[in-house]
Order: sequence, then structure tokens, then C-alpha cells
Amino acid sequence: MFPQLLVNGLVTGSVYAIAAVGVSLVYGLLRLVNFAYGDMMAFGALITFGVNGPLHQSMIVAALVGMATTAILALLLDFALWRPLRIRRAGFMSLFLASIGLALVLRQALLLFGSAQPRTYRVNPYRVFVLGSVRVSEAQTIAIAAAAATIVAVALLLAYTTTGRVLRAMADDRSLAAVAGIDVERAIRIAWIASGLLAGLAGILAALVEYSFDPNFGFQLLLPVFAAVVLGGIGSAYGALAGGLALGIAQEVSTWSGFAGGVNPTYKPVVAFLVLTVALLIRPQGFFGQARVA
Amino acid sequence: MNVLASGSFWAFVGVVAGIYTILALGLQVQFGFAGLLNFGQVAFMAIGAYTMAILVVKEGWSMWLAAPLGIVAAGVGGLLLGLPTLRLRADYFAIVTIAFSEIVRYVATNETTLTGGSQGTIALGSVGTAAQYNTEWSSFQGRVQHALGFSSSDATMLVIVWVVAIVLLALTWLALRTPWGRVLRAIRDDEDAAASLGKNVFVYKLQALALGAVLAGIAGLFYAWQFSFFSPNDFEPLLTFFAWMILLLGGIGRVWAVPVGALVFGVIFAGTRFLSFAPFSWFASDERAYLRLMIIGVIILGLVVLRPQGLLGNKREMVLE
Repeated sequence: MFPQLLVNGLVTGSVYAIAAVGVSLVYGLLRLVNFAYGDMMAFGALITFGVNGPLHQSMIVAALVGMATTAILALLLDFALWRPLRIRRAGFMSLFLASIGLALVLRQALLLFGSAQPRTYRVNPYRVFVLGSVRVSEAQTIAIAAAAATIVAVALLLAYTTTGRVLRAMADDRSLAAVAGIDVERAIRIAWIASGLLAGLAGILAALVEYSFDPNFGFQLLLPVFAAVVLGGIGSAYGALAGGLALGIAQEVSTWSGFAGGVNPTYKPVVAFLVLTVALLIRPQGFFGQARVA
Repeated sequence: MNVLASGSFWAFVGVVAGIYTILALGLQVQFGFAGLLNFGQVAFMAIGAYTMAILVVKEGWSMWLAAPLGIVAAGVGGLLLGLPTLRLRADYFAIVTIAFSEIVRYVATNETTLTGGSQGTIALGSVGTAAQYNTEWSSFQGRVQHALGFSSSDATMLVIVWVVAIVLLALTWLALRTPWGRVLRAIRDDEDAAASLGKNVFVYKLQALALGAVLAGIAGLFYAWQFSFFSPNDFEPLLTFFAWMILLLGGIGRVWAVPVGALVFGVIFAGTRFLSFAPFSWFASDERAYLRLMIIGVIILGLVVLRPQGLLGNKREMVLE
């Protein structure tokens, strides 16, 4: 039972981790807690469904198209909304409220043009791998593999490429980075592209793992993802990765009967927030967060 | 379009606006005067409404005792939320408060024996019976209606809600003109400066949060009375966002801007139900429900981008940052 829960937790945690990095990258540069991120995830998952289902493309092609489209959406939104607000020097509050307005518009647009019916990708839900006492579905295997590859890629990118250094430098101190001659607007565009790709991927993987999904599902994922971001320390990409994995595993393992009888599975989302609250009491800025942001 | 000419439609708009005035007034105290980014306001509404309904149905209390206890429970909820979270940075606080409101909704959905679960208050009583918490309120409303000589219950509710709302607005306005209110604003404008003058910033913030929660609890009671049934899904984060929109519409840091914002919101919210003309007539009625929320999203975006101080706000005192 316990190893199975651990694997399930790893799957959930992988999805959270990918999404949390996407939220965190943008926050690091723009101080924007993007409330529309869940709906960007749903957008990516729905585009992928369109390419995979009605257009009969393979899941991989569909996923790539879905991710790329989400990245384009992110860029367009930066151009139409976030850049004008940036020029006006809008603060945290304006940005957060604007993202709430955007979330409403995006989700209702998805419902309007995509309809609320649940849908599934063309994958075989009955293919299951058995490893000892653990059973893993094909979708779960794909999610873990994709997440592992993404996590390694993101970590390497941030650590060793010039772009990664620029993004980290800007997250540390934006004005200092600008003074050092970094093209701030270009770095922001890169962050949005990365954030969009990650949102698309996380949405697709979540849809795969949950098997059936509708345009509302992004919002249901958003709060655990935010919890993961906060747990790791807002703006820290590595923290978001760790926070996502930790929360996913904590959620699933909390239902283990060996753990004080186990938590009722309907309370899994609450577990995420309890973990977060306890963690913030111990370390108010998150695991990897800075104590104060100027 | 003849529905727009009917008195009961406008009375309904007015009742909704009155309830939202009380809800958003709580937010005005918390954000407009104490600078707290509370995004979980709807939770206190739920706590107030559920406490009242549970005490009346399950414990057989009189509504006149249960309702004040619902308000107290909402205030205690504010204190409990604030104690561990008020020391957090603003962005963390915003996220944790949304999370709190979702936890309250999860508990209301899953603790079926306590709350009736997802079926709502109708399942509060024993199996097979339709529970009703509203009998005493209905008879009170009937007596008021008789005394006023009104023919419609909507009009009676309109008067009751707005009398309470105006009293609460006046009390809040007075409270914010006391030295206590001035300290709150000082904390909002410069927390460190207020602390250096020996003010206990944490305690003042906690009081503002609890006061706002009490107001939300009162809004929750009226919500329960107006609709005589509710379920956990009535308390989605969307309601909190509506309250924020009202704050933005009216103006931040202005007590009397709240009812103006709420009335504009009420007209938009109720009025968009009847978007039956082109181009809206191109969509089916369920699709128009999506359009309605989309329009509200666009208005929030427009306000943030074009008029961050709100319709009546003073740019020099308080601007969204």
C-alpha cells in the first residue's frame, strides 16, 4: 500500500512541480502571482485534445502543438496586458487583480468555445505496468518520465546557460540586472515562453493522469500549485520544484492507513494547505525564499 | 425586455447589492484601511450562514440567538486565520487566504453529518426531511411587511437589508474616524513608521481582519435568509472576487463608495442575465451565463488598467499598487 501511495504522490507531485516552476519563473521577474495560470493549463490541455481527438494526430504531436500554442498565448497576453501594466509600474495588487480578471475571461472563453463536457485523450487507460506491489498506468508513467526530463532540463537551463543566468539574476535584483546591461524585456519574453510551455505541459499531464477533464479543471489544480510555489518560496524555481514534489507526495501518503489511520481521501487538497501552513509557521518565507523582497 | 420594467426585478437587484455592500464593506476595512490582501472573504460569509442554519435546525435554537452566534463565529474565524498568517508577506497572505476559503468550502462539502454536505442545507435535518432554518425569519419579514404596508416580500427585504447596510456603513465610517481608525491608516501607509511610534501593528491588523470577517458573517446571514437555502457551492472564491470588483468600482479607502460600487455591480450582475439582444442573442442561454462572467472579468481588467483608484476613489489617498 505505502509504495503505491508513494508512486501516486510522485505522479501528482511531478505535475505540481512542472506547473509551480512556470508560476515561479514569471513571479521572479514580474512579481506577478498569476491567477490565470490554471486556465492556461486548461487551455493547453484543450488544444492538445483538439489536435489529438478531432484532428487524429498522435499524442506527442498534439502535446507539442498544445504547449507551443500556450506559449504563444502567454506571449500575446504579455504584449496586450502585462507590458502596458509594467510600463505604468503597476504593483503586486494591480497585477494580482488583473490576473483574476484574466482568469475569469480565459475560463469562460474556454467554456464558451469548448463547452463544459468532460473529454479524454485517445490513450489506452487499461495498460498498466506492475512492479512488485506497485501498479502504474501508462499515463502515470508518461507523467513521471516527462516530469523528470523537464525538471532536469529546467535545472540545467537555469544553472548553466546564459539565459538561465539572466533569469536568475533578474529574479534576484531586477534593477541591478538592468544596470548590468541585460535586455530586461527580452528576458521577460523568454520567461513567458517558458512559463507557457510549462503550463501547457502540466495541463496535458494532469489531463492524462486524471483521464477525464473539462475546461474547469485548471482552476482546481491552481491552488495546490500555488501552495507548492509558496512552500518552496515564491520566485525560487528550484524551491517550486521541491515544493511541488513534496506536496504531491504529502497529499497521497497522508491517506496511508499506517499513518494514524490515514486521512479521508476527499481531504487531500486540505492536506496540501495544512502542510503549507505548518511550513510557513516555521519558515515564513518558504524553504528557498528570500526573507524580504524590495 | 419588459422584465427590466418590473419592480420585483429591481428589488432583487437592490437586495443583492445590499448584501454585497455589507460583504465588500468588510473588505474595505481590511484592504482600504488596513492594507490587508484578504482573498478569502467568502469563507466568513459561509461560517456565518452555516453556524446560524446548523444551530437552528440541529440544536433547535431560536434564530435570534443563532444569528448573533453566526456573526461571532465569523469573527472568531477571522482571528484564527489572522493569528498564524498576518506576519506573512502580502503575496503569501493573499494565497493563504484563498486557500483558507477553499478549506472552509471543502469541510462544508465533506462533513455531511454537520453541514448537509453538497446537497446543502436542505439535508441538515434527519434523512427524508427537508430541513428549514428560515421559518422565524419569514414570519419576522411578514410582520415587517405588514407594518410597512408593502405588497411584495422582495421590497420588504430590500428595506431591511439596506437599513442594516446603512447602519453598518455609518458605524464603520465613525469607527474609522476615531484614533483607532487613524492608526489603521497609518499602518496601511507605512507599517514601519507606525511600529516605531509604539503601535502594535499585529494587533491592529488582527482587529481589522476580524471586523471585516464579522461584516462578512452578517452578509452571510442575509444571503441565507434571502435565498432560504444554500450549499457549499454558493461560497466559491468567485464571490470574493465580486467583492473585490465592488471595491474597485467604488473606490478604495472610501466607506461610502462601497454601496455605489455594489449598486453598479448589482445592475451589471443582474442586468447581464437579460442580455437577450444581439450580439448576445447569437448564443444559447447557458452560453450567455459564460459570457456574463466573461464581461465581469473584462470589467475587472478594465478597472485595474484604466482606473486603479476606482470610480469615486481619491488618487492621492489610495491607489492600487
